[in-house]
Amino acid sequence: MIKKIGNLNKNKIISRRLFVLVTAKIGLLGIVTSRLYNLQISQKQKYEFLSDKNRIREWKTPPQRGIITDYFNNVIADNKRVYQVHLSLEEVSNFNNSIFKLKNIISLKEDEIKKIYEKKEKSKPWDTLIISENLSWNEFSKLNLYLHELDGAKPVLSTSRYYPYSNDLVHVVGYVGDATTQDIQNKKKIEENFVPGLKVGKIGIENSKDTDLIGNHGTKRYEVNASGKKISEISYNKETQGKNLRTTIDLKIQQLAQELLKNQAGSICVMDIYSGEVITMASSPTYDPNKFTHGISTKDWNKINNNKLRPLLNKSLAGLYSPGSTIKPLVALAALEYGIIDTKFKVNCKGHDHPYELYGERYHCWKKNGHGWMSMRNAIKQSCDIYFYEVARLLGVDKLSLIAKRYGLGSKVLKDFFSEEKKGIVPSTKWKKQVLEQPWYLGETVITGIGQGYIQTTPLQLCLMTAQLANGGFKIKPNLIYDKEIDLDIIKSKIESEKIKSVSQNILKNHEFKYYERLYRNPNNLKFVLDAMYGSTNEQFGTSFRSRHKEDKYKFAGKTGTSQVKRITDQDRELDLDLEEIEYKSRDHALFIAFAPYDKPRYSLSVLIEHGGSGSKAAAPLAKKLIKKILDRHELREKIRKDLKNIA
Amino acid sequence: MILSTSLNSTSYSFIDKLKAVDYFLIIIVSIIGSMSVFAIYSTESGNFSFYTKNHLIRFLVFFSMFLVLSFVRVSFWYRQAYIFYILGILLLLLVIFFGISASGSKRWVNLFIMNLQPSELMKIAIIVCFARYYHRIQSSDIQSYKFLLQPIILLLIPCYLVITQPDLGTAILIAGSGLAIIWLAGLNLKYFIYSGLILLVSLPFVISILKPYQKSRILTFFNPDRDPLGAGYQIIQSKIAIGSGGLLGKGFLQGTQSYLEFLPEKHTDFIFTLFSEEFGFVGSMVLILLYALLIYRIIRIGFSSRSFFAKLYCFGFASALFLYIFVNIAMVVGLLPIVGAPLPIMSYGGSSMLSIMLGLSIVMSCKIYSRDTIGS
Repeated sequence: MIKKIGNLNKNKIISRRLFVLVTAKIGLLGIVTSRLYNLQISQKQKYEFLSDKNRIREWKTPPQRGIITDYFNNVIADNKRVYQVHLSLEEVSNFNNSIFKLKNIISLKEDEIKKIYEKKEKSKPWDTLIISENLSWNEFSKLNLYLHELDGAKPVLSTSRYYPYSNDLVHVVGYVGDATTQDIQNKKKIEENFVPGLKVGKIGIENSKDTDLIGNHGTKRYEVNASGKKISEISYNKETQGKNLRTTIDLKIQQLAQELLKNQAGSICVMDIYSGEVITMASSPTYDPNKFTHGISTKDWNKINNNKLRPLLNKSLAGLYSPGSTIKPLVALAALEYGIIDTKFKVNCKGHDHPYELYGERYHCWKKNGHGWMSMRNAIKQSCDIYFYEVARLLGVDKLSLIAKRYGLGSKVLKDFFSEEKKGIVPSTKWKKQVLEQPWYLGETVITGIGQGYIQTTPLQLCLMTAQLANGGFKIKPNLIYDKEIDLDIIKSKIESEKIKSVSQNILKNHEFKYYERLYRNPNNLKFVLDAMYGSTNEQFGTSFRSRHKEDKYKFAGKTGTSQVKRITDQDRELDLDLEEIEYKSRDHALFIAFAPYDKPRYSLSVLIEHGGSGSKAAAPLAKKLIKKILDRHELREKIRKDLKNIA
Repeated sequence: MILSTSLNSTSYSFIDKLKAVDYFLIIIVSIIGSMSVFAIYSTESGNFSFYTKNHLIRFLVFFSMFLVLSFVRVSFWYRQAYIFYILGILLLLLVIFFGISASGSKRWVNLFIMNLQPSELMKIAIIVCFARYYHRIQSSDIQSYKFLLQPIILLLIPCYLVITQPDLGTAILIAGSGLAIIWLAGLNLKYFIYSGLILLVSLPFVISILKPYQKSRILTFFNPDRDPLGAGYQIIQSKIAIGSGGLLGKGFLQGTQSYLEFLPEKHTDFIFTLFSEEFGFVGSMVLILLYALLIYRIIRIGFSSRSFFAKLYCFGFASALFLYIFVNIAMVVGLLPIVGAPLPIMSYGGSSMLSIMLGLSIVMSCKIYSRDTIGS
């Protein structure tokens, strides 16, 4: 009986206790269910995103750079097929071993191996490492032969930058190299499209137009597993090639210019005096841009960097030189424009025995025996220094400075297109006070009149100055990249309407000019100066008479210049040494500016030979050869111009 | 014959026995079993190979065993309860001396036909043992110190042996099942409160004796982002898998998290994660509902049993089963630390399957022989 009661009691307890347990179970079940609801319904999107992030990985594919051509569509920067070997890190079992094997198949130098290890440190385990960017066909076929022994190694056909005319255009086109951290930070376009191994422009057009040339990277999306192994391709957003660029350069003239400058340090610039197209911008010595594409070797770099003629310096726009006598037409023009003197003004040049004197300082003409009585035309033609000392003194440096700047000196010709372009110096009293914090001396005005002293110009500025004199005194817009907005017919009609406009009150004051606006007060002043330059080249006693073309269609007008690199002492004058006897570094720079053809000017040019001696001997003869080529190619260029206009 | 005369029992005809079988329970178990085969098949990316084959064979063998053993008279289990317990302890001791190690812990003994994990068997043994223990004790005696101390010792021995393997998860499950029965038997609530307080006080000491990996798992539980590629990896990936499954799931064999090997242990402890990724919230609910029905059927059998042993066993086993399921699911959804507890029937693993099927066969035996009253 007791037992039965006990059992009943126990049964009652167990039921009650079970009830509590079941209640607890239902509660816990509720917690689990709400958790599942929370994960799978409420936060589904978050976890879906995380799941996709897990399983999908993106690989960027490099874009191809745009092609650069000259005006005639000759390719000057191309993409060439190259053989490469990549190493897929996730498939490599033993990295050291793989590198060792690769070293035996393709020739890897010690410093290259070091770089590979450095790169490996920075990569992620699923990255692909570029072991060699440019294999020879022999190496590539050998690699394919041994491929089964090389886990993770992949032979890859890729493209890389190639400059078919190597040295000839390096100062215009520039070169490419691996993007540095700085490149990535500085240019958004590079940052957005960065892919390991991406080449970016380092200098020249490659650098200036990088944003256009790079193109857009592609994206390959793969499904990957937990260890990063690619399982399948989900999508491939193809990369797009960068924009192709047509430059204004004429390859053939550029090549001739480089040829003429061979073994010398110097520059040749050629410009269309109406469109402002830079047709040639040669600088010597040159170097091979192809060597930079895959990283230049230390040996090659040292060879370029240690060359005393400074191949890396783009002399056309980053080399600064005293313009010497090439500035004389401008000095004469300034004096005429301000009405300081007229063309009949005469000065007697009496030779070294009776130099020009000012406050006890003596200033000599280059001609030992003197020129005798000189009028303005003759002074330009024969480049008499004494005459221009006097004209400069009467004119004053500030008026000269104003006109010099107006015609293109003292500012960057291509604006900020090239980072290395220099402004040069066009001195004035104000400039000296501000920069050197010293008063101006009249003696400094006198030597500025023959392009010496503080004045510093680039060859491209001299070319622009010549162009703006030769086109009759109109401001033009220099350019290096073909621009369909710059239309010759429109420019010419603008100029015609400017010619008949009444002259502005401010013409002799300092103010900003718009493109194709007239820069002169009286057109006769310009005509006179250009005629004097004609005399300089085509008449006896002219400084570049020996470099003239006799045929009418090639006839050009020019002005020589010989700029001193050091002060000539009385002792030097006494010795009167030949060029070969002077130490190279002390020799004068030879300069020449010209425009052609004379009767219907179209092209301007400047020639500079560093330490070449006199302008008439070293520079003018090059111009003669060049002008023939330029004029011979004129018809062809005009045809292309028409075609391009029709396409547009 | 001796059996039936020595106990106050009724005799059953074969037809009676067949009639008494709970077919509904058998159906539920076979449904969960089939689902488990498909889930394991999915862990192998839809290849019928090693794991799927093994799992299918084990399920079929142990399911048949369950059906056969169901006809063993429940009094047999009553009488052999302590033997069962001792056998379990002996096997656990055997693990210490002849055990097989895998990934840092020694849990298995080689029985030639299979590698047995005695701790899994112990989960059932402790329930049977306690059911018998409390069957004999008068309700008035339960609260006495003698009858309080004995079961605690009985419980501590296997728990200690399992913890030292080390296998914290199974130890917790054994302890939990044991405590559930002690609770059902009617031990005063205050003892549970006292021991709870003692546990809380001794917690720092317990933590100090934990293995470094166990500590890191617990720390990771509180902050999975502490070490996302190390200790926190499993739980983060598991949550991503479940969460990305959404309402209806990614579809059978379409679970990217498991297919692409982001999920660790996907065929054992994280099988629910895979299932939930592929079949979503709806699938998970269906599975949980099946488990709930299973537990409900077991409790129902307990109610219909006349003997206290059978009642206690059924309720105890139902609670233990619930505990296993809850701990596993709570673990993979990030509600509990990762302690290593398989999901009954679903998870790959022979010993777990064996013990669950054995446990179910005793339940069925309670059903078939429900009219038996056990006791001297």
